[in-house]
Amino acid sequence: MKLPFKGVIDCDLHLPSPPTTALLPYLPTHWRDQLETRFIHKMNFQLTSYPPNSPLTCREDWRAKKGDGESDLDRLRRQALDPFGVDIAVASLLHGAIALFNEDMAAALCSAVNDFVAHEWLDPEPRLRGSILITGQNTDHAVAEIERLAHDKRFVQVILPVMGDMLPGKRQMWPIYRACERHGLALALHAGSTYRFPTTGSGWPSFQVEDYIANSAGFENAIVSLLSEGVFSECPNLRVICLEGGFGWLPTLIWRLNKEWRGIRQEVPWITRQPGDILRERFRFTLQPVEVPDAALIARIIGHIGSDDLLLFSTDYPHAHFEGVEALPDGLPEALIRKITRDNPLAAYPRLSGGASANQPEKAEQRS
Amino acid sequence: MSKSRFVVAKTGDVAPGTSLRVNAGGRDIALFNVSGEFFALGDRCPHESGSLCAGKIVGFAEADEPGKYRLVRDGEFVRCPWHGWEFDIRTGKSWCDPEKSRVRAYQTGVAAGSDLVEGPYVAETFKVSVEENYVVIEI
Repeated sequence: MKLPFKGVIDCDLHLPSPPTTALLPYLPTHWRDQLETRFIHKMNFQLTSYPPNSPLTCREDWRAKKGDGESDLDRLRRQALDPFGVDIAVASLLHGAIALFNEDMAAALCSAVNDFVAHEWLDPEPRLRGSILITGQNTDHAVAEIERLAHDKRFVQVILPVMGDMLPGKRQMWPIYRACERHGLALALHAGSTYRFPTTGSGWPSFQVEDYIANSAGFENAIVSLLSEGVFSECPNLRVICLEGGFGWLPTLIWRLNKEWRGIRQEVPWITRQPGDILRERFRFTLQPVEVPDAALIARIIGHIGSDDLLLFSTDYPHAHFEGVEALPDGLPEALIRKITRDNPLAAYPRLSGGASANQPEKAEQRS
Repeated sequence: MSKSRFVVAKTGDVAPGTSLRVNAGGRDIALFNVSGEFFALGDRCPHESGSLCAGKIVGFAEADEPGKYRLVRDGEFVRCPWHGWEFDIRTGKSWCDPEKSRVRAYQTGVAAGSDLVEGPYVAETFKVSVEENYVVIEI
């Protein structure tokens, strides 16, 4: 169904990956030279998770038409912001730089992408918020990038693929989470992988559909890892946003977490309350791709989860999950729609609830 | 209904750090000796009815922060042999869910045989000798 009102917050919207030549002005001279000399600037750095021509990657009617002269920004406004009545859209540019083996080049390209986003997207379009792209393989570089951009409150989260080079709870990653917490940045885990390791526990699948669905298990693994390793003992205010991973699997994960904790708690004694409670408090999940397109089932899932605070509205633009502007499952009650499109996002992102939005409204102020 | 007192074991039958399954008033009871103190719990885990008597007697793992492990109250917890749920031997409470998951804890005492010969005690399974000390459970 359509959104019944305007002023929504879209928590997962994707910016098109620019040609690498467009990033050259944002690179230090050394890296500009390296990319040109080695002809790397002719590469497009597309992530394997989203093959450009796959039907999942972009809805057919949203694909750019060659030669129509429309800018990427105008297209985004026309297709993703205006028709849905978006007040704020948390945007990310998923760039292949994160999967480079050269840590220094990866960091330089991530910085270039972030500056490109700030100048080419956030500057001209006040409805957009940004995601700080980092490479998880080198935490020094990642923390330095977070520190470099933390002053820019338009960046509201730090983004990593859900299946990275290691499970995200590992202590090696903690400096990144401390930096997020220090600056009120959410940690966003987005569907996808750096493909260092197979996307399943039994090796490589054959088809994209397997990779795509494997993300659900990838999110479960990531959540269990973050909880078990004690990330929320170290960073009790860290908020984790799970992007494009669905949420239909949450009830069974919560049940199982709580049940197994009773039996093997002594292995992770820093977990001193039900892990499902920590999950409900610290994790949030975007709507699309919604697995259960039926309001009654969604209500049951929310009942099993035990909270309606966890869902955040998203279009997942331009990925193809629905037709027209029917971004919501049919039959959702208006109170729930208001919650997932406004209240939950404002409460989920420290930088949205903190009044980072100039065009945002009395409602945000009432909540604070 | 007034409680009955049952003589269930000689003190020497349960060495410190061990448990013994006894029966009193038709109930299976896990009797624990924690450094000379006796505690009695219903011998039935509230989860799936595992016998706590067969469980490992353990300490409690704590951590001030991730990676900083500490074992405290060694010998004061029993871990159900089936699924590892931990119960405080002193109270019968499950640590993870103290309100909803607990086993019945019975009052215990130690009495000299010379007193028991007189008293209102029920010795169901063995003769009381005046020379020995006995564990008594109130049910």
